[in-house]
Amino acid sequence: MSQVVRTQLFPGVNLTAVHTEKFKSNYFGVSLLTGLDRSCAAENALLPFVLRRGCESHPDMQAISARLDELYGGAIEPTIHKKGEIQCMSFSASFLDDAYALNGEQLLEPALELLSELLLRPLTEDGVFCREYVEGERANLVDRIRAQLNDKRQYSMTRLGQEMCRYEAFGISKYGDEGEVSAITPHSLWTRYQTLLTTAQVEMFYCGSAAPERVQQAFRSAFALLPVNPDRERPACELRITAHPEPNVVEEALDVTQGKLAMGFRTDGIGVWDEEYPALMLFNAVFGGTSMSKLFMNVREKLSLCYFASSSLEKLKGLMLISSGIEFEKFEQARDEILAQLSACQQGDITDDELEGARRIMSAALQTMLDSQHRMADYWLGMAAAGMHETPEQLAARLEQVTKEQVIAVAGRMHLDTIYFLKGKGAAR
Amino acid sequence: MNVLNYPRIGEQMYHTVLENGLNIFVCPKPEHTKSYAFFATNYGGMDMRFCLDGQWCDTPAGVAHFLEHKMFDTEDGNALQDLAANGASPNAFTGNDITGYYFECTEQFEENLRILLSFVSVPWFTPESVDKEQGIIAQEIRMVEDNPHWQVFMNLMAGLYQNHPARVSVAGTVESISHITDKTLYDCHRAFYTPENMVLCVAGPVAPEQVCAIAAQVLPHQSLGKVERDYGATEPEQVAAPRVEVKMEVATPIFQYACKCKAVPSGPETLRMQLLGDLVAQVLAGPSSPLYAALYRQGLINSAFECGYEMYSGCAFLYAGGESRNPEEVARQIGAEAERLAREGIDPSLWQRLKKAAYGGRVRSLNSFENLCVGQAKSFFDGAGVLNFPEMYDTIEMADAQQLLAQWMQERGTTLSVVWPKEGTT
Repeated sequence: MSQVVRTQLFPGVNLTAVHTEKFKSNYFGVSLLTGLDRSCAAENALLPFVLRRGCESHPDMQAISARLDELYGGAIEPTIHKKGEIQCMSFSASFLDDAYALNGEQLLEPALELLSELLLRPLTEDGVFCREYVEGERANLVDRIRAQLNDKRQYSMTRLGQEMCRYEAFGISKYGDEGEVSAITPHSLWTRYQTLLTTAQVEMFYCGSAAPERVQQAFRSAFALLPVNPDRERPACELRITAHPEPNVVEEALDVTQGKLAMGFRTDGIGVWDEEYPALMLFNAVFGGTSMSKLFMNVREKLSLCYFASSSLEKLKGLMLISSGIEFEKFEQARDEILAQLSACQQGDITDDELEGARRIMSAALQTMLDSQHRMADYWLGMAAAGMHETPEQLAARLEQVTKEQVIAVAGRMHLDTIYFLKGKGAAR
Repeated sequence: MNVLNYPRIGEQMYHTVLENGLNIFVCPKPEHTKSYAFFATNYGGMDMRFCLDGQWCDTPAGVAHFLEHKMFDTEDGNALQDLAANGASPNAFTGNDITGYYFECTEQFEENLRILLSFVSVPWFTPESVDKEQGIIAQEIRMVEDNPHWQVFMNLMAGLYQNHPARVSVAGTVESISHITDKTLYDCHRAFYTPENMVLCVAGPVAPEQVCAIAAQVLPHQSLGKVERDYGATEPEQVAAPRVEVKMEVATPIFQYACKCKAVPSGPETLRMQLLGDLVAQVLAGPSSPLYAALYRQGLINSAFECGYEMYSGCAFLYAGGESRNPEEVARQIGAEAERLAREGIDPSLWQRLKKAAYGGRVRSLNSFENLCVGQAKSFFDGAGVLNFPEMYDTIEMADAQQLLAQWMQERGTTLSVVWPKEGTT
């Protein structure tokens, strides 16, 4: 059995620790959480990548890699997440469990030490970040922003979010804008780093076999150098209730052979905090969240209108987003069929098999999360961003209580806001 | 059942062979919530020519993948829906030499296992259903053709190999799949979906004896045995093309650079070669290598850069690739570094560290049931046992890596595949 312990290590600095012996590794992470803001999103996004380049004790990537190799091929990866309107700058780490070390050595403490050195003791030059590292990572970040174009499915969803939330923080890219990236200097980044370290909410995560006391002690001592600030605050998320009276339609043409139709709905303000959230989860699963959903069965299987069609939730922002891949000329047909399926749900056309099937899949998804360190880390980061502490088991229990009437009621609250269509150059439409 | 013990990595595998020839491996994981079952045939995109009932059959590119899609159809409906209705997450994939069907679930494991074994062993195709699938798969092929990472890899394979069928896309083309009929599918199923040519691997809070009892009950009691296959004329040492380039709608050039290696015959040696090949790739261009540091510092590669060693039946290659503003320069420096290593030798401390890291990485990867079961299945088809990797590492010396590098340097068959941005793409 696993046990989840949440501890405040320092003011505004929290540790969520999952203690279990079923894995062969210790997984841990540290995240800085701050509200998405156009003026500093790019700097925030650049930061973990610059920090990962070198610290006082391991001044370049080769030295860091050598240290990771010595610790049995451990990994420390910088990542940027977007949880609703919160930007999360993280280092995620995975190291071998002590039980499999060849010479009986302890690996958790030295691994945490390395992580903390990367975060808190960067290599500096004239009192700020090294120019070479900032410039190199700036170029990489620009590439990363541009590379979003390579995955057309993901790209269409990003574009949908941007168009839909043009005047909301959610519309800001988690990597910031290319223009903002080019303006970053070693000095400006250093200032931003100091501000973030002092003011951001800090969320740490651990999952592995070490005892709670050992884990807390190891984190406390590794991160003792974090600036003390009693006023670290959890950033806010705005849920906009209203949708456009008429859906906003955006079309874009690229040289592609398959079209992407993305549709964004507002959930009438229902988010992860709400009593109706489990009903929303279940509705999304019935509608487009699984391989037995209405979208999959009808739009894909029965009518062969598309290669894929699915829906997903932004639980911290109150959005339901549909993603589908279609032939260009099927645009109207696919859009109408997707809306017809929604309307069927709203009118109560949901069979018991559909509902129970969706419930079993969602429940299984929550339970299998307990077998994945990576998924638990993501789940608990989401909880921390939401300011909640609900275990996957608790959420699964609430899911069991949802009635069909509640699912239908939630379906009736979905409002189409924006349609984004990625078509081919020279396509008929 | 036999119990295979792997004390160094804390694993235990139950193994048996049914009377019909099916090998079953079960890894009990009582403390986990989910169960995972993987049922695979040693049949993939490469197996286009084979001998059935004494006659050689040539099948169109993409049949194995097409068959994978159609296997979910049953006389009563669709197995995907039956599994999903039980809360299981089912899926399948087709590779060059494997087609695998799997599900994970938290409840009704035994019922789900019955469904899996049954739909994979009982074919049900009609001309209409094959027709309809042609539309769906054509869409899938178009989608993957838009994917530059897929393009760069397929072009690499077509550049490396003159005859070997690994040069052909597993999904085939819109044209090639148009020749598939229900008869083609029935033939391929009969040829390759025989218990003897398959393997079942399970992990989770399950009873191994129960898994075997269900398999013995559901599956056919007899097996046709294994069919003979043909991978075409002997593959020459020379590559088909040293360079393959296309333009697509991408932001940064994407590239793969590979060196053609000697094929490894089936047997325990395949595991040793896989471990050794991966280590050599790390020595040459892995994140702790001097070359990686130099390329990164010059801004020639970013964190998307990866290298490794791949092998299929009848072919093997060492590769490195990712995104770069100047792929030719990256390829040039990789070649120069390989020459330097072959001449000056590998740094012994780097070698020791990399071996330790490779061992740790492999142990950690066993957290995933998918890695555990798919790895076991593939390695079983190769005639090896992947969970013996700690012992196998003990037998790998730096001199082996040195020798391999020298051998590659002599052959010098390399292909550089690049997807360049179209003009006007930002």
